[in-house]
Amino acid sequence: MALAKRIIPCLDVKNGQTVKGTNFVNLRQAGDPVELGKAYSLQGADELVYLDITASHEGRKTFTEMVQRVAAEISIPFTVGGGINELADVERLLNAGADKVSINSAALRNPQLINEITGHFGSQVCVVAIDAKETAEGWMCYLNGGRIMTERNLFEWAREVCDRGAGEILFTSMDHDGVKNGFANRALARLAEEITIPVIASGGAGSMEHFRDTFIEGKSDAALAASVFHFGEIAIPELKCWLMNKGINVRL
Amino acid sequence: MNVSIVKYNGGNICSVINALKRLDIIPELTDDAEKLSKADRVLFPGQGEAGSTMAYLRAHGLDRLIRDLKQPVLGICIGQQLMCRHSEEGDTDCLGIFDTDVLKFRPERHEDKVPHMGWNTLTETGSALFKGFGENEFVYFVHSYYVGVNPYTIATTNYIVPFSAALHKDNFYATQFHPEKSGSVGERILKNFLDLTL
Repeated sequence: MALAKRIIPCLDVKNGQTVKGTNFVNLRQAGDPVELGKAYSLQGADELVYLDITASHEGRKTFTEMVQRVAAEISIPFTVGGGINELADVERLLNAGADKVSINSAALRNPQLINEITGHFGSQVCVVAIDAKETAEGWMCYLNGGRIMTERNLFEWAREVCDRGAGEILFTSMDHDGVKNGFANRALARLAEEITIPVIASGGAGSMEHFRDTFIEGKSDAALAASVFHFGEIAIPELKCWLMNKGINVRL
Repeated sequence: MNVSIVKYNGGNICSVINALKRLDIIPELTDDAEKLSKADRVLFPGQGEAGSTMAYLRAHGLDRLIRDLKQPVLGICIGQQLMCRHSEEGDTDCLGIFDTDVLKFRPERHEDKVPHMGWNTLTETGSALFKGFGENEFVYFVHSYYVGVNPYTIATTNYIVPFSAALHKDNFYATQFHPEKSGSVGERILKNFLDLTL
């Protein structure tokens, strides 16, 4: 056997409640991120990602309290992201019990933050999320949830992120996100060839075949999805059995 | 049961505390010599860099204290590495409980990513620590350094090279993987450790 390919559900959290997707299993409180995470963990999710999409100070506090509850109740690794701008944010979330933090716009604005995080807490805690879109000038990185285009090329930025010591890259193709037509496997495969840290594919999951394709053609180490899991379109146990039958090494 | 966790500068032990709480154990985080010696079980978890953690353990007299413990002790991740003789990380002399060395993974192919991070399987799980462990069960790893296979190895994992996923000598047990992050499989391993009889 070898290192398993990972399946990662992503939960968006606003004011302590999960947003989008509640069509999922028989939870008493489908909106409770801890209950939902626990259900995914029991179904065989390999990791969880929680994204704080609240903007307010009060929301940050609620999110930190949620992280403490996740850490107390769930026994698989989880990453938290959203609104992390400085080392103090990272420290607060790691102290609350998160295993990894994901930074996005803050890393593009201040790349030194990656060095600071990895210097203080180790490479393994630092996931750098990159939102990119294919343009006439090639694959370009975007800020603020895809609202602002930057001058940064995806592959150059990914190499820099890797050189600065990040532990993983979470790459979302904005062209593929939400379309359910498969992951950006050509760009993912190029990333896998150019950098030496694991790549998590995000954006585009619509069917079980898409997961197989990103692991084989996209050479992804992990695949992240939200709505297909939240709306119950794909169940993790069936997905993993199916992948195993297709020769993909997954944890069952 | 009285369970202590060694308090030192190896970070992120809260997941171990949480995992024990899920087993209805409230552990005590302490560097007090008497408390550690008298505990029924001692855990030595953590993340961190070998040089700075060993320097801290020596400065606080915890190196001798850990070596002299008589109850079941479980090192986790950097804990396992620090229990060995020497680490390539920072060319550090360690506790020497396991007479074997810690080496850095050297990728042989581009696909060999370091750290070894994620879920992997174990083989040769005959030890009491792995009671009830089925074939092809996975545990969670995050590490860049490893302990080779040696006479104390009680579980092996293959990543780039075969390495020690767990070690055992007398009252000392250690795992390179994180049982506290390995779902129900890891929970069982922690429970087995608490249930050990020497």
